[in-house]
Amino acid sequence: MSVPSDQLATILPGQRPDGEEAALDETRIASRWSLVLRRFRRRRLAMAGLVVLVFLFLLAFVGPYLGQWTYTDHDFNAFLQGPSLDHWFGTTQTGGDVYALTLRGMQKSLVIGILVALISTGLAALVGSFAGYMGGWIDRSLMWFVDLMLVLPSFLIIAILSPTFRGKTWLVFVVLLAAFLWLVTARIVRGMTISLREREYVLAARYMGVPAHRIIFRHILPNISSLLIVDATINVSAAVISETGLSYFGFGVQPPDVSLGTLIADGTQSATTYPWLFGFAAGILVALVLAVNLVGDGLRDALDPTSGF
Amino acid sequence: MADPVLAVRGLTVTFPGSAGDVRAVRGIDYELQRGEVLGIVGESGSGKSASATAVTGLLPASAVVDGSIRLDGEELIGLDDARMAKVRGKRIAMVFQDPLSALTPVYTVGDQLSEAVRIHNDVSRQAARERSVELLKLVGIPHASERADAFPHEFSGGMRQRVMIAMAIANDPDVIIADEPTTALDVTIQAQVLEVLRTARELTGAAIVMITHDLSVIAGFADRVAVMYAGRIVETGTVDEVFYSPRMPYTMGLLGAIPRADESGDRPLVPIDGTPPSLVDLPAGCPFAARCPLAFDTCREVEPALIAVGSANHRSACHLAEKIEAGGWGPTDVFPLPDLPEAAAARVPRAERDVVLEAKDLVRHHPLLKGAVFKRQVGAVRAVDGISFDLRDGETLGLVGESGCGKTTTLLEVLELAAPQAGRIVVLGRDVSELGQSERRAMRRDVNIVFQDPMASLDPRMPVSDILAEPMRTHGMSGAKIQARIRELLRLVGLNPEHAGRYPQQFSGGQRQRVGIARALALEPELLVLDEPVSALDVSIQAGVINLLEELRARLGLSYLFVAHDLAVVRHIADRIAVMYLGKIVEIGEVTRVYESASHPYTQALLSAIPLPDPHKERARRRILLEGDLPSPADPPSGCRFRTRCPKFAGLDEDRRRRCLEEEPPLHGMDDDDHAAACHYAEALKVV
Repeated sequence: MSVPSDQLATILPGQRPDGEEAALDETRIASRWSLVLRRFRRRRLAMAGLVVLVFLFLLAFVGPYLGQWTYTDHDFNAFLQGPSLDHWFGTTQTGGDVYALTLRGMQKSLVIGILVALISTGLAALVGSFAGYMGGWIDRSLMWFVDLMLVLPSFLIIAILSPTFRGKTWLVFVVLLAAFLWLVTARIVRGMTISLREREYVLAARYMGVPAHRIIFRHILPNISSLLIVDATINVSAAVISETGLSYFGFGVQPPDVSLGTLIADGTQSATTYPWLFGFAAGILVALVLAVNLVGDGLRDALDPTSGF
Repeated sequence: MADPVLAVRGLTVTFPGSAGDVRAVRGIDYELQRGEVLGIVGESGSGKSASATAVTGLLPASAVVDGSIRLDGEELIGLDDARMAKVRGKRIAMVFQDPLSALTPVYTVGDQLSEAVRIHNDVSRQAARERSVELLKLVGIPHASERADAFPHEFSGGMRQRVMIAMAIANDPDVIIADEPTTALDVTIQAQVLEVLRTARELTGAAIVMITHDLSVIAGFADRVAVMYAGRIVETGTVDEVFYSPRMPYTMGLLGAIPRADESGDRPLVPIDGTPPSLVDLPAGCPFAARCPLAFDTCREVEPALIAVGSANHRSACHLAEKIEAGGWGPTDVFPLPDLPEAAAARVPRAERDVVLEAKDLVRHHPLLKGAVFKRQVGAVRAVDGISFDLRDGETLGLVGESGCGKTTTLLEVLELAAPQAGRIVVLGRDVSELGQSERRAMRRDVNIVFQDPMASLDPRMPVSDILAEPMRTHGMSGAKIQARIRELLRLVGLNPEHAGRYPQQFSGGQRQRVGIARALALEPELLVLDEPVSALDVSIQAGVINLLEELRARLGLSYLFVAHDLAVVRHIADRIAVMYLGKIVEIGEVTRVYESASHPYTQALLSAIPLPDPHKERARRRILLEGDLPSPADPPSGCRFRTRCPKFAGLDEDRRRRCLEEEPPLHGMDDDDHAAACHYAEALKVV
């Protein structure tokens, strides 16, 4: 709101030199998304976050080809060795190469973290906003379903369901994790939607004849994007961590396969004595969460014109 | 002259900020005699509230206050909070703008009043309670002893403001500071509250500082006026001096910008170009220079001092004050009057023009539901209860009434373009209940809306280009066409096409409303529905938007359905007017007929409650004050709905009253065909 009025005062009628007009018609009027993109690019920290994120993905998926070991190999000449030229991140108790293991874990965790966050926040946004905007029986039945899911102990459900999925792709696991993360957010989104629904710009769009789904995507969701972005960034780390918990109890990612979560869980006991077992995996998790946060903050500011950039 | 009760000298208020210090008040002086009313007028951001808040010592701790404020000779600046608290409420009292947030919702009104009494007086609980009931009686709250036990939310806005005034006079203050005390209220309630303030002044002999943006309110109320602009007083004098011979172009602009309820709308309003300067870094010279048509080089270099012109007490801060005085210039001499085109449709007699919108016996009831699981209907709020009107090509119909009368519901009902609960809506010759899904969508091109609050009606997350493109995209226009149309629209409403890439919050209020109008015009509609389009804007900005609306109507051949509570604005812009009360139209007709010879007692009361920016007329006027508040629309009175507040009903004998009690008066034509009133005993009366 605190826009200095010298910026805004100068465009009233009669003050515009006429020669300017013709030239103006040539310049294209920037649309919303190109403006958002431009604003995002201007945020240095966000761009740094994006670079780190791309680097992490490259490391996870290209990195394994650079090392000479795979995550299933065991080097029987090097048990619990510190980082060396041979084993860049050191080795485990059984001679596994920590570099290869960490990268393998990253592949899983990056995908789990980001997919789970996207799916759960996306689902929350969709269900919450449709329930809130449509009201009536759509709202009641959707919220009834959400309440039901909230009451069920998610851990128990995953435990019961996981034998069914044993041996199938671990991506099923992503869906399961996401299925229990979106519920509370959906309720919050619904509440915010109900208050936004009465706003005059939503009414204006309705009276223009804009269909409901387009109002939701064009007016409602952008106006709660701050909440959604914060929620998604939190969900990335939440997904990685809760995956660890589940793996520990024998669901989720199982040995010999690894994830960042299982690596961190295994390495915690020896964090002080054999720091490489713990440090690299934990460091990468921190870098991941930080990068996602920076990108999220940048996106939030780019979408919010009041942020001043 | 006697010693002033309040003397302010060289008062400055600065709010330190990260972008630079905001110099809200830049050195003002005024004196207030006992029992005198000083009106401080200014637009938002002129520093009028900050200067008054400084007097009460209620500014945030970060604000830097300098200068001198003497109350009966005692310096107030520099007093610590504990000592200031002894002054506040006891010797200086305050009435705030929003009476709902000024009262604590969890305590009864009586308790809060007793608290105000007991803080400054050592009296028993019982005595304080008696005193508060007495105070409530003073400010005209009926059944005061029972109402003292009610909570603030059980009071209407006007009643709450009365409670605030009761609290202000509880300790016989020397000075009452009223900060926009009637801004949030309807005109009839505003008239009541001003009357209560007058009574309060008579009873306590207190001097009143009345802060307002509305020149009309103080015309009949204040003794002296100070006009503030950009943190300084730019003109001060007695009410008559300032209103009849303003000597500062800004005051002139303000006076010329107000639409008047006692003048027909043929005179275009005087808009002041531009917006007030930022208080963060003010340019050198006169702060008004950028908007002033008279400005010359000296104005941009030297800030004029407040010097006497004419009489000793009439002072003006303008380099040209002497010249204006000598030439006797009025607002229209200083400000160029815009040239408004005449509508082509206006030349055709009304009866021959096409009907754009017709409502027939329109009904909208909101059901009142009870029960948690199984809801059952226990009644209905009769928001709109059978109204009929028609709107013809090129015409503006003003729909007026107090809040809660159903005018906004009517408008939303029209915009739904769906079959109403009962009655008929015909838009451009098509009954909307017969429209199919796609026809209804197509019809949305022809009917569009401009909302009241330009901040809330534009999506803050969208740049202006997307806001304007939305209706066109929805109705399938191609990208290149949209681009061209956006530029055309922005130019049409007087904005620069270069700013299409800006977000709404980068514009000022008036400019935002222009964007809202441009969006409504995007699809070249026939009918524009305007929901209080200027009530959120400052006077000088409002004039520009009203002129724009009139110009667009003439140029594009639009018809307006104009909903407003400000009857002066309606008189200016509308051709016909419909007055609503509790879901019914009580009077309808050609605008000059209704204003000149109002026939329904409610219309008469409404019109007589509008303040005029004319001190002589204001003092000579007799107001028809309405008793009490609007009855609940869920349970309207039998027969004539207005009888509970009707001044005419009160004066009738038993026999004639029975008719009002039992029979609902229909709208019947007055002496000619385009004027009808719904009163059994309608009688024309000139009130403005």
